[in-house]
Amino acid sequence: MTRRVLAAGAAAILLLGACSGGGREEPEADAATGYTIAFITHETPGDTFWDKVRSGAQQAAADQKVDLKYSNDPDAGRQAVLIQQAVDSKVQGIATTLVTPDALAGSVKAATAAGIPVVGLNAGIDQYKRLGALMYFGSDETVAGTSLGERIAAAGAKHPLCVIHQTGSVALEARCAGVKSAVPGTENLQVNGADDAAVTSTLQAKLAQDKTIDYVVTLGAPIALDAIKAGGTAKLVTFDLNQETAQLIKDGKIEFAIDQQPYVQGYLAVTSLYLYLKNGNDIGGGRPVLTGPSFVDQSNIDTILPYTQKNTR
Amino acid sequence: MRRAVRPEVGALVAAAVIFVFFLAVAPAFRSADAFVTVLYQSSTIGIVAVAVGMLMIGGEFDLSAGVIVTSAGLVNSMFCWYFGINLWVGAILSLVFCLAVGFLNGYLVMRTGIPSFLITLGTFFVLQGANLGVTKLVTGSVSSTDVSRIDGYDSLGAIFASSFEIGSVVVWGTVVWWILFVAVASWILRRTRGGNWIYAVGGAADSARAVGVPVVRTKIGLFLAVSFLGWFVGMHNLYRFNTLQAGGGVGNEFLYIIAAVVGGTLLTGGFGNAAGVAIGAFIFGMTSLGIVYAGWDPNWFRAFLGVMLLLAVLVNLYVRKLATREARA
Repeated sequence: MTRRVLAAGAAAILLLGACSGGGREEPEADAATGYTIAFITHETPGDTFWDKVRSGAQQAAADQKVDLKYSNDPDAGRQAVLIQQAVDSKVQGIATTLVTPDALAGSVKAATAAGIPVVGLNAGIDQYKRLGALMYFGSDETVAGTSLGERIAAAGAKHPLCVIHQTGSVALEARCAGVKSAVPGTENLQVNGADDAAVTSTLQAKLAQDKTIDYVVTLGAPIALDAIKAGGTAKLVTFDLNQETAQLIKDGKIEFAIDQQPYVQGYLAVTSLYLYLKNGNDIGGGRPVLTGPSFVDQSNIDTILPYTQKNTR
Repeated sequence: MRRAVRPEVGALVAAAVIFVFFLAVAPAFRSADAFVTVLYQSSTIGIVAVAVGMLMIGGEFDLSAGVIVTSAGLVNSMFCWYFGINLWVGAILSLVFCLAVGFLNGYLVMRTGIPSFLITLGTFFVLQGANLGVTKLVTGSVSSTDVSRIDGYDSLGAIFASSFEIGSVVVWGTVVWWILFVAVASWILRRTRGGNWIYAVGGAADSARAVGVPVVRTKIGLFLAVSFLGWFVGMHNLYRFNTLQAGGGVGNEFLYIIAAVVGGTLLTGGFGNAAGVAIGAFIFGMTSLGIVYAGWDPNWFRAFLGVMLLLAVLVNLYVRKLATREARA
């Protein structure tokens, strides 16, 4: 009995005495009414990038008083079923990623046949029209890779290392191919993106094996953080942003990041459907609307840094 | 009989062959720096693999061992950030949480008689989903917040994520911890009554129970050991990388099992030892990085790992046949 009282007392003292800084800030709440829009992606759960796409879509839904039905599945067949489900439940609009156009074509056609407007986002820039989608919001991965390649080539890059953190991802391969088209000496490296320690030691091994690597190109913000831990003398550039990488750009540890503004992709996809339904608008005038590549470097980081802290950039 | 065919012999030979092989084909592999990087890679897998190996000797699996590493770090970082509390409190809370998961795994397996493969597969999905869901709820994002500005970071970092220099090479503390954990596990398995119990419950649980071995306590203890070492590596990941992605750790449970199997642990239980598992993890570290040091396309790494696993299973099968034949003779 005394022991238990003592333990409880000790725990209480520990808790009280242990309060520290660096904590959260209070969030706000919001509500929604109006159109129902289905938002369907091929998000792999737990990816910071997709989290921003979704946040953007949710913010747009809140701003436009739209009822948003979010769903996702990385499997092409199951994503097609999700689109079909949205058609069956008679939503007023569908926003979807078109990462596997052939697998999704049937469901998208079913939607347009049922008179439901569809917009594409993030992936499918070359196929969205063929499938019957009205508008497209996203970045062209190859263009993004090429712009990154051109910029580091201008800075004197000869032998960049392009780090692919997800096996078999078409988008990531396209980025590296874009870099390679601008800098022929580009080499790809496959790492296990689910294990930070493995990413770091694999990069360490690669940098030790080949001392001529002058640039490390990571394709996601968390991977850039691991690359810093791997050390080495190569300069670091990355795709995508998060709070930590933004700070590292400010500190000069990362040269620059290419941002395709995922938040904007989500926000515009929902807003465009809202405007189409309410006002018949056609954003982009029949052409894809590019949300990137937007360069984030020391020249503009001071503006962007606060937004990364709010998870909107 | 157990001394006649030692489980780690096959792994030791394989490790030596692979080591010499990479020394020959990869010039970058021949430095002290490369060796400690390999050791580091091996240690982050090897620490959990030691416990997973012991659990497998005891006849059970734990598929939740990969994600609990991430859960451990997330519980620590998010709790402390949300409540603005010293990281030490969160680290202890995280340990309690992990041990509770381990206990639940063990208790459910023993109580229901459902194979541990299924029970821990359930735990695996629950943790994976909760990691994502809770992280998003608490931080508003799917990665944890940076812990480096919260009190207690430096002292915990010194324990879990420190490094020291020997000559010109930087050795990570996890390597020392790994060796220590292997030594402790080895001592338990070979010198203590608990060790005999582990072999007994893995080899023949019913006979073990009949001669008075506390089967339930032993097996739950093994699940607790897996959770404890999972927590330990989770702490290392958190304090070395400061933030964690909520989706991390998935897939590593298989690497632990591979390390144990390559190290000579029998999937059916009752056979294996800690040194073998350590060598298995070392082989994993060597091959995963050796391919990179050699400048080959690491896309092939998984294929290589699969071949290693199949070979190890074949060696195991051969060893077991040899062992049963000797026992009969």
